Amino acid sequence: MTRPVFPRLLRAGLVLGAFTLCFGVVAGARAQTELLNVSYDPTRELYRDINAAFIAEWNAKNPDKKISTIRQSHGGSGAQARTVIDGLNADVVTLALAGDIDAVAERSKKLPLDWQKRLPHNSSPYTSTIVFLVRKGNPKAIKDWGDLVKPGVQIITPNPKTSGGARWNYLAAWAYAEKAFNKDEAKVRDYIGKLLANVPVLDTGARGATTTFTQRGIGDVFLSWENEAFLALKEFGADKFDIVVPSLSILAEPPVALVDANVDAKKTREQAQAYLEFLYTPKGQAIIARNFYRPRNPEAADAKDIANFPKVEMVTIDDAFGGWKKAQPTHFGDGGTFDQLYKPAR
Amino acid sequence: MTAATTTFRWREPSILPGFGLALGITVTALSLIVLIPLAALFLKAASAGPADIWAVASSPRTLAALKLSFTAALFAALVNAVFGLILAWVLVRYDFPGRRLIDAAVDLPFALPTAVAGISLAAIYAPNGWVGSLLAPLAFKISIPFTDLSFGFDGKVAYTPLGVMVALIFIGLPFVVRTVQPVLEELQSDVEEAAALLGASRSRTIFRVVLPQVLPALMTGSILAFARAVGEYGSVIFIAGNVPMVSEIAPLLIVIRLEQFDYAGAAVVATMMLLISFTLILGGNLIQARARRRFGDV
Amino acid sequence: MSDTTLPSASASTKPRGTSRARGESPAVQIVLIAVSLAFLLLFLLLPLVTVFVEAAAKGWEAYRAAITEPDAQAAIRLTLLVAAIAVPFNVVVGIAAAWAIAKFEFRGKDLLISLIDLPFSVSPVISGLVFVLLFGAQGYFGPWLQANDLKIVFALPGLILATVFVTFPFVARELIPHMQSLGSSDEEAAMTLGASPWRVFFSVTLPNVKWSLFYGVLLCNARAMGEFGAVAVVSGKIRGLTNTMPLHIEILYNEYMGAAAFAVASLLAGLALVTLVLKTLLEWHYGDVIAASRHH
Repeated sequence: MTRPVFPRLLRAGLVLGAFTLCFGVVAGARAQTELLNVSYDPTRELYRDINAAFIAEWNAKNPDKKISTIRQSHGGSGAQARTVIDGLNADVVTLALAGDIDAVAERSKKLPLDWQKRLPHNSSPYTSTIVFLVRKGNPKAIKDWGDLVKPGVQIITPNPKTSGGARWNYLAAWAYAEKAFNKDEAKVRDYIGKLLANVPVLDTGARGATTTFTQRGIGDVFLSWENEAFLALKEFGADKFDIVVPSLSILAEPPVALVDANVDAKKTREQAQAYLEFLYTPKGQAIIARNFYRPRNPEAADAKDIANFPKVEMVTIDDAFGGWKKAQPTHFGDGGTFDQLYKPAR
Repeated sequence: MTAATTTFRWREPSILPGFGLALGITVTALSLIVLIPLAALFLKAASAGPADIWAVASSPRTLAALKLSFTAALFAALVNAVFGLILAWVLVRYDFPGRRLIDAAVDLPFALPTAVAGISLAAIYAPNGWVGSLLAPLAFKISIPFTDLSFGFDGKVAYTPLGVMVALIFIGLPFVVRTVQPVLEELQSDVEEAAALLGASRSRTIFRVVLPQVLPALMTGSILAFARAVGEYGSVIFIAGNVPMVSEIAPLLIVIRLEQFDYAGAAVVATMMLLISFTLILGGNLIQARARRRFGDV
Repeated sequence: MSDTTLPSASASTKPRGTSRARGESPAVQIVLIAVSLAFLLLFLLLPLVTVFVEAAAKGWEAYRAAITEPDAQAAIRLTLLVAAIAVPFNVVVGIAAAWAIAKFEFRGKDLLISLIDLPFSVSPVISGLVFVLLFGAQGYFGPWLQANDLKIVFALPGLILATVFVTFPFVARELIPHMQSLGSSDEEAAMTLGASPWRVFFSVTLPNVKWSLFYGVLLCNARAMGEFGAVAVVSGKIRGLTNTMPLHIEILYNEYMGAAAFAVASLLAGLALVTLVLKTLLEWHYGDVIAASRHH
């Protein structure tokens, strides 16, 4: 009593496997001009709009060099930098902080170390800052950084070790404390320690933290990118949360850069360069403002969008912390201030 | 097992064919897919140099994370062993409405991407979730010190080490059920019937006749659930809270090191995890092999 | 004692329920069922319900749109393709491993079993990373691959490798305990009667272990399609190109498109239901044949 069912199934499976493999390879091989933009988490909505506008404009002007698609890849800023270092063929990188693109330049040698000088405004076509998102009516009366260390206030922020945005949060708090305590290092450390002690959950990424605050109802105040805070209001309803602007914040400059070795290998330099420059055009700046990022050239944007942005005093990473090259190891490296000051309440 | 006689033999003679072919395929695939890649990991870890390796391995934070990952995984595996066995038994032996649906649902932890599982679990067990809100009033009434993790129950599951356990129980359950189930399906009724006819009580039959036969599979399943739980990342980070020294799991430490482009440091933590769990798995498999021989298989 | 349980005649229909010699009292049954149901409710069914509730939150049209959108379709195709290669591979290796381990006694067997288990204890984060360490641009084989214009990580081969790694133990680990508990007397008898090796395998061994093989394939396939951590590392997460379903789900969720994310997730959850139907069909269709083959 032989049962030929199994060998037959096996053979059918193999044929099917081989077939799909060939099909997959063929499908993957059709070559068109595609750009790959490797970016970080909160820029999804922004680049969806930018890509559509840029492709339309470019293809109208250059019918012989059409771009079929601009592929997007999103993730944590550091993790995204790592995939480019490990060989992902990004034409452009648009990450959360200059330190991550520095790492790409140093380790992959696919772009020059002085990449940040190649485009205007430190290669950051848009900026953002750190604001507080609180529950409607601000029940804990949180007005400024000083209120965050009050007992019983719960703060939600992602983990600065895994999230670029959280590093901006941390440095903004640090900058406030330096100003408030006249650079008295012991008092600054004490303040940051108390602030961290009020953090019950450290999500690994900005979007995870947003969810914890908005959906799970944890925490009284959420330290957030300004654009994320606006987006949360838009997604979850302006009747649930308020934005509080602190007295001092930090100018977050998410930079963009061309990955030279990749665009040369793919022969896409011209398109990729134009793509990045498009961000600085009036049209690009208007899209940026519409997506809640602060444009470098506010005149280009819709006045209604600009009116959204509150006036806030901001320090820069270069002035207050001597740039990412210095700030990263001092605060977020192994044994840096974050590691020293995070003392969990047992 | 009569191997330990006079001459050394690498393998016992058998009239069955195919040993060379089967072992050849196994070892080749194992080397290509598993061993060579893991060798790369060890190489990377070794490149850190002894001082750095020691610094990473002995830091309190690494040790706290490893302790959490291993105790939570162990606890989850024990819970799964008990409930998984009951569940497999109920699914195989009893007929009740919805049995098939439940049978299907057992695979869910695999079918659901771990991130989705984590998000769903966090939604359910968060203080404002379906289960979390029910548990919140229980705070302070029950204060059970759990194992050596020693924390009381303050009404919160999500964002505490308990949350880690919930996620790990979820992840490991199918291993136990699906390993025990086929053995139960094939279990012969004559032995049980004989035992019953000879006057053994039902519970005696279960513990002396049924359990010994299921035990190897149950051990296998629990070991697998444990091993899987130790390394789990995706579902845990959403519900753990990730507070250093309290609810920070070892895989998160790996991610944090990677985030600093410290591949070697990440490889060191990974290697530590791997060595500990490999020792535990090997130990479990040896115990199991001994048990099998005692109960007289070969 | 257990080895005397020959796979013999009585196994044609699966006994369920109430035979007094082997059944528990109704009260015990009800308690056990209630305990399992409560446990399942807390740990499995609630997450499942959440998935479907969230998926349906925006209505049928939104659901359909979410799963027919081109990027979602690309992700579904890619996931199926990866599983179609990884699962058969692991079935062949798993059967070979189980045959060697269960039917023969040799030195180092426990070590071999533990090595097969190894991928389980490797954190998914690391399962992806090892291939990046080997084949990434900075990896041990990176320069050679680049010189030859071969791509492994951030392309299909990397996805397949990571998936095979993660699912490597499933089939073998289901088969080994089962085949061990069955012993090899059936096969030995068949060999003595002059059956060819392949015939012994296909008409004696395979029917005996059909359920564990089936469960092995089921788990292997479910995990292959649902794997997130390892695949996330080697994928590069390019939309519509190297995004598998789990990655696509995460992306949608992160874009505040929760309903769409859970719609795609419900497809993966539906997998479990599909396999159940398959299992029932197999049981129903081949039950007699398999039972008959036992008698020969």
